Amino acid sequence: MLEVTGIDAFYGKVQALWDVTFRVAKGEIVTIIGANGAGKSTTLKTISGLLKPRKGQIVFEGADVTGLAPNRLVELGIVLIPEARQLWPAMSVLENLEMGAYARTARPARAQTLQSVFAMFPLLKQRVRQRAGTLSGGEQQMCAIGRGLMARPRLLLLDEPALGLAPLLVREVFESLKSIREQGVTIVLVEQNVRHALALADRAFVLETGRVTLSGQASDLAHDPRIRDGYLGLAAV
Amino acid sequence: MIQALSGQLLVGLINGSFYALLSLGLAIIFGLLDVVNFAHGAQYMLGAFVAWMAMQYLGINYWSALILVPLAVGVLGMVFEQLVLRRLYGLDPLYGLLLTFGLALVLEGIFQNAFGISGKSYPVPDLLQGGTNLGFMFLPRYRMWVVVVSIAVCFGCWFMIERTRLGAYLRAGTENPVLLQAFGVNVPLIRALTYGFGVALAAFAGVMAAPIYQVTPLMGSGVIMVVFAVVVIGGMGSIAGSIITGLGLGLIEGLTKFFYAPASDVVVFVVMALVLLARPAGLFGRQL
Repeated sequence: MLEVTGIDAFYGKVQALWDVTFRVAKGEIVTIIGANGAGKSTTLKTISGLLKPRKGQIVFEGADVTGLAPNRLVELGIVLIPEARQLWPAMSVLENLEMGAYARTARPARAQTLQSVFAMFPLLKQRVRQRAGTLSGGEQQMCAIGRGLMARPRLLLLDEPALGLAPLLVREVFESLKSIREQGVTIVLVEQNVRHALALADRAFVLETGRVTLSGQASDLAHDPRIRDGYLGLAAV
Repeated sequence: MIQALSGQLLVGLINGSFYALLSLGLAIIFGLLDVVNFAHGAQYMLGAFVAWMAMQYLGINYWSALILVPLAVGVLGMVFEQLVLRRLYGLDPLYGLLLTFGLALVLEGIFQNAFGISGKSYPVPDLLQGGTNLGFMFLPRYRMWVVVVSIAVCFGCWFMIERTRLGAYLRAGTENPVLLQAFGVNVPLIRALTYGFGVALAAFAGVMAAPIYQVTPLMGSGVIMVVFAVVVIGGMGSIAGSIITGLGLGLIEGLTKFFYAPASDVVVFVVMALVLLARPAGLFGRQL
């Protein structure tokens, strides 16, 4: 579904990604593991068009989408749920959700999608009029995921959805990712919580200082000593 | 006595209407583009001058000018945004400020060269000639019209921004443009349209002002300083704040003129200093 080949990306003069190559098959959950600053978020930003790669190619469902503007990519079904939840705090929950359905491809089904988001997160329905900034951390994350779903994604890019959440809520968020996948959405997940991420994902790859150093089945990587020592030891919950 | 007071209050209300219209445009532009549009006064002057030229050379009357001139000047604003201004996004806001300040000097220079600094007069449209005698004062019809239309336009803008879905996109872009882009909104296009809209508002104020004030190349540079004070007092980027503050400060100026005229030119800045001491983010600005 997604083929990323030899991507180099820069912030100004600073190179953040070096020759990053990976692929994601339809219906998979693929997780990207790496330390802070390894280039995980940058990879997601590049796929979603917020950052233009200087080199390399991104192919989505057989079509070259390298360098397309974010609004075009959203219309094709590539949707990013950015890190740190990033809601519009002064706007209501409903306004935040509706904002997700801006794309031409999502707008006609707005009311219908909204109902399915409420079905997945019933709590949001009770809070539609509330300002998003007044929600708890877990509720904000649900709102952020719900807003992403409003764009009717085919490929969902999630940047640290469990960041700063209590363990119980982390489990809830991961459960919701499972049911999103069951609806046929392919997922690329960046997550500090490596143990949870590997348990959920089909495949994984490791980024170190902007380069892919390791990749494979998630279940294999969970037992790989390099992962265990490097990431699971620190990130264990 | 009461005649003089109500006369000054009316003048204050008229000035306040223009402050509100102009600071509203500034607030909208600053909110989404992070640009302090120093050319705003010159664009207001451009509105008045283009209306005057349209009447002089093309015979376009006031009513048509009220629609056509803001459109034309707004499009010019968008061209400026696309060609030059957008290259400065992401840099220190100082660059945008300097660029638009430069634009203001260029515009004023061109018109001074072509028309000199003596004012041109623009006739009050026939329909709004005359006025009503209220007993204690004479109320010119055109001035009533300016106040009513300004308040209506300001309220319309406020409603559009705060209460409609289109406005929600604008507010979302103001708070977090990258996020808005991530959901498929063409933010560069919205920026261009927003700048055009803010400039069109300035030009609209210019057309409204033409029959009241003299149309001169420098008419904008006088008013713009006060308008910036209004924006600071109201709170940078606050829509309702700039409208209410604009009208309020016009009235305060009028009152000062009545009680102690020499202070009327500085009273706005005294208020600004006091507000900044008490509430650094402005009266309606979000406290940081």
